[in-house]
Amino acid sequence: MSARRIFARPARFAAIAPYVWMVLFFLVPFGFVLKISLSQTAIAQPPYEPVFDLTAGWTAIRAAFAALSVDNFRLLASDDLYVFAYLRSLTVAVTATALLLLIGYPIAYGMARLPKRWQAVAMVLVIVPFWTSFLIRIYAWINILQHDGLLNRILLALHLVSEPVVWLSTDTAMYIGIVYSYLPFMILPLYATLAKMEPALEEAASDLGAPPWQVFWLVTFPLSLPGVGAGVLLCFIPVVGEFVIPDLLAGSDSLMIGQTLWLEFFTNKDWPVASAVAIVLLVVLLLPLLSYERLQRRQLEER
Amino acid sequence: MPKISRLSRFNIASLALGLAFLYLPILILVIYSFNASRLVTVWGGWSLRWYHEFFADRAMIEASWMSLRVGVASATIATLLGTAAAVALSRGERFRGRTLFSGMLYAPLVMPEVITGLSLLLLFVALNAERGFWTVTIAHTTLTMCFVAVVVQSRLGSLDRSLEEAAMDLGCAPVRAFLSVTLPLIAPAIVAGWMLAFTLSLDDLVIASFTTGPGSATLPIRIYSEVRLGVKPEINAICTLVIALIAVVIVIASLVSKLSSSQGESAAPL
Repeated sequence: MSARRIFARPARFAAIAPYVWMVLFFLVPFGFVLKISLSQTAIAQPPYEPVFDLTAGWTAIRAAFAALSVDNFRLLASDDLYVFAYLRSLTVAVTATALLLLIGYPIAYGMARLPKRWQAVAMVLVIVPFWTSFLIRIYAWINILQHDGLLNRILLALHLVSEPVVWLSTDTAMYIGIVYSYLPFMILPLYATLAKMEPALEEAASDLGAPPWQVFWLVTFPLSLPGVGAGVLLCFIPVVGEFVIPDLLAGSDSLMIGQTLWLEFFTNKDWPVASAVAIVLLVVLLLPLLSYERLQRRQLEER
Repeated sequence: MPKISRLSRFNIASLALGLAFLYLPILILVIYSFNASRLVTVWGGWSLRWYHEFFADRAMIEASWMSLRVGVASATIATLLGTAAAVALSRGERFRGRTLFSGMLYAPLVMPEVITGLSLLLLFVALNAERGFWTVTIAHTTLTMCFVAVVVQSRLGSLDRSLEEAAMDLGCAPVRAFLSVTLPLIAPAIVAGWMLAFTLSLDDLVIASFTTGPGSATLPIRIYSEVRLGVKPEINAICTLVIALIAVVIVIASLVSKLSSSQGESAAPL
């Protein structure tokens, strides 16, 4: 038996504590979300009808299952409010992810072309804002974008505008906030693949007469696709459920689904509907996650 | 000289603009926290006035204290659990339920916080647990141990396994080989993982809002409720203090990893 195999056994025991923890505090809670999403709203504490009681015996459980209500899900599908909120979340996430890719790619590309020693410095410089509180970074933008904020004062001083522009509570402000908060999540995976890329490949393409844009489109970009995928996924999924940035920076006329969930839960105190919103959101988000995982596994097998 | 210059003017410009975009808003916020004027945008000279107001604000101080306690407790538990998870995943080879295990560890990294927060709250309500310090700590541990696991796992992955195997060939028991060979080598990643967990906990608003109870608001919750009412210069001061605290944490983390990586290989900065 090799040393490696002997080491594997105690290492497996290390899984026990984190495993139990994740099952208790990550997996089981979703069972509760599912259960409450199938329940009725009630004016009670907690504000929903008990669904089933495991101590009541088998017939009681069977009766409870028969009485499970899918009303909440029917409500989500029939009420425009929810449908629009899901659509808006997806639109915002697609737009923001595209913006992030457009802005993040040149930065990651520039980092990967730096001399080795400077690459490490640039990487730390990109990560440091990510360590800085996310709420603070949004707040910093409120400072800049407000009516008599820095941006309007600069624009006025340069005579680019004749009166202050409304920035706050617009979609522009929200996109600025999202791009600003998620940029490191896009840059880092892109940089990781671009830095690993063999420069000889690009040189060969250009030696064979390809102009720079062709080198980029035919060689660099296709080779960086794994990084693009990881970056897109890391940004897209959390943005769909984003709550704080649209709440602080966007207008209040059209809500994203994260805000809707928050409102149902805290303001309307409708826990069953909030749970149903979460379940549907989870299912929507599972699709890109699973397809990415399959793609990755296929790439691993090809290697 | 190769035909493609490795570093074009375009590369430098995009990099410089990108970094300016990342840093200018924070820099402006820090500068304005020393503004004497009550109007946030009018410069009235340098002053520490808003820092005085912050230290006189009992609710803010209490929220800060709560955040620090939750941060230290959850980062510590998360580091223990996350390191164990990383060891199991990178050294345990195959074990039953491994796919589910790694899936559970990666899911919270991308999961929208509203879902994680809601599900944990429903669990705590079902268990009839009193919400406060411990529920927030458990929630933060669940989220941040996944980050610790990723950081430590990447370090373990880049480690030369023959070092462990040599120790065992020389008669070291596996656990002893881990403690005396592997652990010192991954120590920088463990420290970095703790720091990351601490700052993530200090930063979190959404999950804390769901899992906290009355009278135990964390700092982000307090800041958020103030910011929703409008811009206050005091917030600039609090934000600057938080930035300073995190800067100290980062400097300590990088010093630790520099000290312990004597062979000149640098630890992952994340």
